[in-house]
Amino acid sequence: MLSKYYSSLGAIFVIIFIFVTLPFVYNNQSFLFNMMMYLALAEGLNIIYGFTGYLPFGYVGFFGAGAYGASIVIMFLRISPFLAVLAGGIAAVIIGIILFPLLRLSGAYFAIANLAASQALYYLVANPNLQKITQGPYGIDLSSVYNANASYYLMLGVLVFSMLLVLYMRKTDFGLSLLAIKEDRVTAALAGINIVKTRSIAWMLSAFVAGLCGAVFAWFTAVFYPSTVFNLNVSVFTIVFVLFGGMGTIVGPLLGTLILYSMYNFIGISTPEYFQLFYGLLIMILVLFLPNGVVSILQHWRIDVP
Amino acid sequence: MDLLKVESVEAGYGLIQVLWRTSIIVEENQCVVLLGVNGAGKTTLLRTIIGLVEATKGDIVFDGENITGLKPNVRVSRGIAYMSELAVVPDLTVEENLKLGGYVKNRDDTRRMADKAYEYFPDLKAYRTRKAASLSGGQRKMLGVAKTLMSNPKILVMDEPSSGLSPKFVKKVIEILKLLYEEERPSMLIAEQNVAFLDLAQKIYILDKGKVTFTGSVNALKENDTIRETYFGIMH
Repeated sequence: MLSKYYSSLGAIFVIIFIFVTLPFVYNNQSFLFNMMMYLALAEGLNIIYGFTGYLPFGYVGFFGAGAYGASIVIMFLRISPFLAVLAGGIAAVIIGIILFPLLRLSGAYFAIANLAASQALYYLVANPNLQKITQGPYGIDLSSVYNANASYYLMLGVLVFSMLLVLYMRKTDFGLSLLAIKEDRVTAALAGINIVKTRSIAWMLSAFVAGLCGAVFAWFTAVFYPSTVFNLNVSVFTIVFVLFGGMGTIVGPLLGTLILYSMYNFIGISTPEYFQLFYGLLIMILVLFLPNGVVSILQHWRIDVP
Repeated sequence: MDLLKVESVEAGYGLIQVLWRTSIIVEENQCVVLLGVNGAGKTTLLRTIIGLVEATKGDIVFDGENITGLKPNVRVSRGIAYMSELAVVPDLTVEENLKLGGYVKNRDDTRRMADKAYEYFPDLKAYRTRKAASLSGGQRKMLGVAKTLMSNPKILVMDEPSSGLSPKFVKKVIEILKLLYEEERPSMLIAEQNVAFLDLAQKIYILDKGKVTFTGSVNALKENDTIRETYFGIMH
């Protein structure tokens, strides 16, 4: 029965191959790093949005919590950045647990409440009165532990982890139970699924991935401000990437991110005014003709998308 | 032995009370049909049994245990399987629906039960990877029955298995349930307004405005003039 995993594992190996070899041909580490980061964030968001239907507009909150969690641990405990990244993931999970009550909301109410929560976290971290802990609005400086190559490959590790998580969810009863909850809560409960527990686990896993991403980002960037890691664009980009590619699959978020983030870098930075136009048009076309993302074209041709 | 005992249960939605001291009993290996017109409270009674509607008064005892306060998913793991009128999750494939039905069981049991389900319903095997939404109404009900059986329940609770089906398919559903009952002897509680299902019943309850107005066998029912008028439409 291993054969059903082949196509998904294949996708993961392609990603590893690309990001191990590309630095030798394309000398823009920062772009490649950000690409991996958005790929991982897209898969992380896929866990909660693709499998349960909760749209976390405040997803960046977990990212920021991870960045600050890891940085604080590095500054105060002077532990290895590798361990600190794990601490960042855990910090995001703790925020996720605090936000459990939000899961009682649904639809737009959840999205807005989550957005507000991420902004509340931003103002908390940026509060000058907490300067002794978070450096307040003056930002974090991790240049003493800066290591571009190590953090680059750690990001690749986080990306692979996030893809394996989604693969696990695609292939097991856990993922199936989440999809059942998304489609029809009552039927899911009547299949014996503990809805509260199941969706809480998905929520924490999703937060964990974002926290890891934020933590590695902090290490890679070394110097940043609260507004950098709580930037709402992180949420918006990730959501658009996932929607564009197609949620609920492993490949969808990958495709969405590869296409749109490349585009953002090649035309978004040189000619931002055209970029906005282009992005807007693309999203309109997407909503009108491909509400289930790029992968729905493949699925329409009866190709089994992992 | 009494498997399921609903004792003077009252329930409803907010200020609207639907069930008024309703009591029914399903014995082990017994097939009970709950007959009633639209709005009689059949669905509410079933939903109270499975825990989707809270009983404000009375007790529900299953397999010797008072389950009145338990959540639906816990009741399912105790051995009650419920098939709603919708029966399946349209956006999942046939196979996924079956897996979902066997969620409370381990994987080996689920595989074994799925094979058995495909034996009973050979049509479904051909459509394994299709979404349930693409099935016809009749096939969907079959899948619903198969899905409900996946958890190997002690009792099958079904809400209007005939709803939305053409007479031909209603007949087929009844045949399948009959075959199933003869071979496996599961306990069943079927809520229906279609009298064709009475063939299956060893005991019949009639529910009217949330109260049980008749309890007895098919023969006793057929001898009762008022009921005959209401459900069989025979005037004399």
